[in-house]
Amino acid sequence: MSETQKVKDPTPPVKESQGSQVVREIMSGNAVISVLAVVVALVIGGILIAVTDPRVSTASGYFFADPGATFSAIWSSVSEAYGALWRGATYDPTARTWQGQLGIFETLTFATPLILSGLAVTLAFRAGLFNIGAQGQIILGAAFAGAVGFGMHLPPVIHLLAVILAGAIGGAIWGGIAGFLKAKTGAHEVIVTIMLNYIAISLVLYLLKNQLKDPTSTNPISPQMDANAMFPLLLGPNFRVHAGLIVAILAVIGVGWLLNRSTLGFEYRAIGANPKAARTAGMLVSRGYITVMLISGALAGLAGVAQIAGTEKSLDSEIAGSIGFDAITVALLGRSKPWGTFFAALLFGAFKAGGTSMAVNADVSIDIVAVVQSLIVLFIAAPPLIRSIFRIKAARREGASA
Amino acid sequence: MKTIITGTFKRGATVGTVALGAMALLLTGCGQAPAPAGGGGSTSGNAAAANYLGCIVSDSGGFDDQSFNQSSYEGLKKTVTDTGIKMKEAQSTTKADFEPNLNQMANAGCNLTFTVGFLLADATKKVATADPKLHFAIIDDNSIKLPNVKPVVYDTAQAAFLAGYTAASVSKTGKVGTFGGINIPTVTIFMDGFAEGVAYYNKQQSKNVQVLGWNVATQQGLFANTFDIIQEGTKATNNLIGDGADVVMPVAGPLGKGAGDAILAANKTGKDVKLVWVDSDGYLTAPTYKSILLTSVIKTMGDAVETIVKDDLAGKYSATPYIGTLDNGGVAMAPFHDLDSAVSAATKTQLDTIKKGIIDGSIKVESKSSPK
Repeated sequence: MSETQKVKDPTPPVKESQGSQVVREIMSGNAVISVLAVVVALVIGGILIAVTDPRVSTASGYFFADPGATFSAIWSSVSEAYGALWRGATYDPTARTWQGQLGIFETLTFATPLILSGLAVTLAFRAGLFNIGAQGQIILGAAFAGAVGFGMHLPPVIHLLAVILAGAIGGAIWGGIAGFLKAKTGAHEVIVTIMLNYIAISLVLYLLKNQLKDPTSTNPISPQMDANAMFPLLLGPNFRVHAGLIVAILAVIGVGWLLNRSTLGFEYRAIGANPKAARTAGMLVSRGYITVMLISGALAGLAGVAQIAGTEKSLDSEIAGSIGFDAITVALLGRSKPWGTFFAALLFGAFKAGGTSMAVNADVSIDIVAVVQSLIVLFIAAPPLIRSIFRIKAARREGASA
Repeated sequence: MKTIITGTFKRGATVGTVALGAMALLLTGCGQAPAPAGGGGSTSGNAAAANYLGCIVSDSGGFDDQSFNQSSYEGLKKTVTDTGIKMKEAQSTTKADFEPNLNQMANAGCNLTFTVGFLLADATKKVATADPKLHFAIIDDNSIKLPNVKPVVYDTAQAAFLAGYTAASVSKTGKVGTFGGINIPTVTIFMDGFAEGVAYYNKQQSKNVQVLGWNVATQQGLFANTFDIIQEGTKATNNLIGDGADVVMPVAGPLGKGAGDAILAANKTGKDVKLVWVDSDGYLTAPTYKSILLTSVIKTMGDAVETIVKDDLAGKYSATPYIGTLDNGGVAMAPFHDLDSAVSAATKTQLDTIKKGIIDGSIKVESKSSPK
């Protein structure tokens, strides 16, 4: 026992307490800060939209002769852009077909993998770990799911369940490596998970050139998944929203129960709040690190399943897109709470669905969405800045309470 | 000290942001207001054109790839200026964006949508099948057989043949090199033409210039296996230079930049290596490499885009593939620009003869990847 304890925490005590303090600081941000961060980010995004719009710069050229023209140009520029964003993400009466009008289902489609991977980051956060490796875990999950999905031919339902299980295992292995290294050697999980992201992408690229390659294609891309291995479409072939959304919602409920109702979740929260106190209280911190990263990785792996068995159908090296990194923002915005993460993922899904509409219909670069998302991170990671702008008193430490 | 900073920052954050934004806008705010629009201003083109919507969706390279996305995009922009049509654009960052982007175009009611690259073939097919009234044109892909999808392909081997001949004529080491992004027909067609041009030079001039990185007979060669990781282009080019090549033709989209960087670095150490750009005239699209740019193998996508839009506007759209050749100007070899003096007058005359020969069919350029 004493020997394992020595190995468990080789990092200097000062560093450890600083790290967990940052996690606690970010977790203790209240809902108001999340909402305000989004609002401020949208306002700054609006300024960028206005400033880069040629109509605004033309009108500002004669500002003193006709100030109203400038303001109406700014108004139409920003309202057109955000109007298109909103309509694309919810309901767009101007679209040509009725299927195209219902952007809300695109929002749900984009949100599905974000919910799952956001939960992965959230869960690790609560145990005091920064899981930056959701990207790699998604890729591995998708690769495992794909191998079962197109490599095997099983009856309906069983095949899909096998794909889901395989994806969860793939992600869990990748997350578990980081958890194991953290627990046994003290290797910092941020470094390890970032490096594992690179290994994951190279590994999958290698597999796509060899074992997983579609023999009929010259590109590094896998064969298509069996029809049995795909998530059924919830609303018929006109919409992309698929049963992975149900898996995601079940996962939100599951993680909520795990964190707030189960013994294991209590241990995680205790470890996240103060690993030394948790150890003194008789908890096995190293076991906690390993299991939380296994579950976290499995959740990210499920996000990979949602991608390959939901929308993409075949595996390629871009399967994870930027989901693994957006997941970190989603978890931050969701204040590391399961339902918070759910709604944050919905918001990001809406950004993604609406961003395309904004680019096409309002001629605003989709990069604006990336800027808004980055600003959200900035404002959440720097809550004192938000507090000083809006003069809110520092949020009370809530410790490990849900 | 800390309170002072916070205090300044508090005011700075609110007041400063507003002031800065306002200043940027008002910096030149003393101009004259335009007279109220009378007759609706200048409406170039006819009414049909004004209601016509031409759209374009990029592949993951984006519209600033200094390659086929960019030249197609610029072609459509030019068409907008020339004919007065309206346009919409959407960039894809990953494969997952293709279908949502195309759906947005269909939603917006685009009369004709250009999809750039064979990677978009699946998504184009799906959206075009769902909406047979909308017209599509897919660039660099000849796999879709639908009445509302026009394939736009190029017999690039013809222009690459000329570039290969030129490369062989300027090579001092007797070795020229090429590498591809991925071993696919739209890439290897360049390499085929290049290698055949070199072989033709050897036959005509009784020389023995070697081609590194591509073997026409086996259809195997040097590939970076990516179109995204620019460093891979640097690596491949360094390998070719290390093996003695002094002209390099990268056929890998953005990886051309990696190749250019490798050559600039090698030339600093006393080598004299030249670059052959592909898809667009690198002198204009990648001016960083002006000093080493021998020539470019151009696909004039812009012209093809404009022709197809104009045909569609006139009600003459057809799904018959457009095949760019030296004859119709769809493919061409760019001028030598700054390196004009490196190519001898004799070679220039020979190139003119060869070009005529290819057009009239007396010189055969045969690539397995040529569009039929």
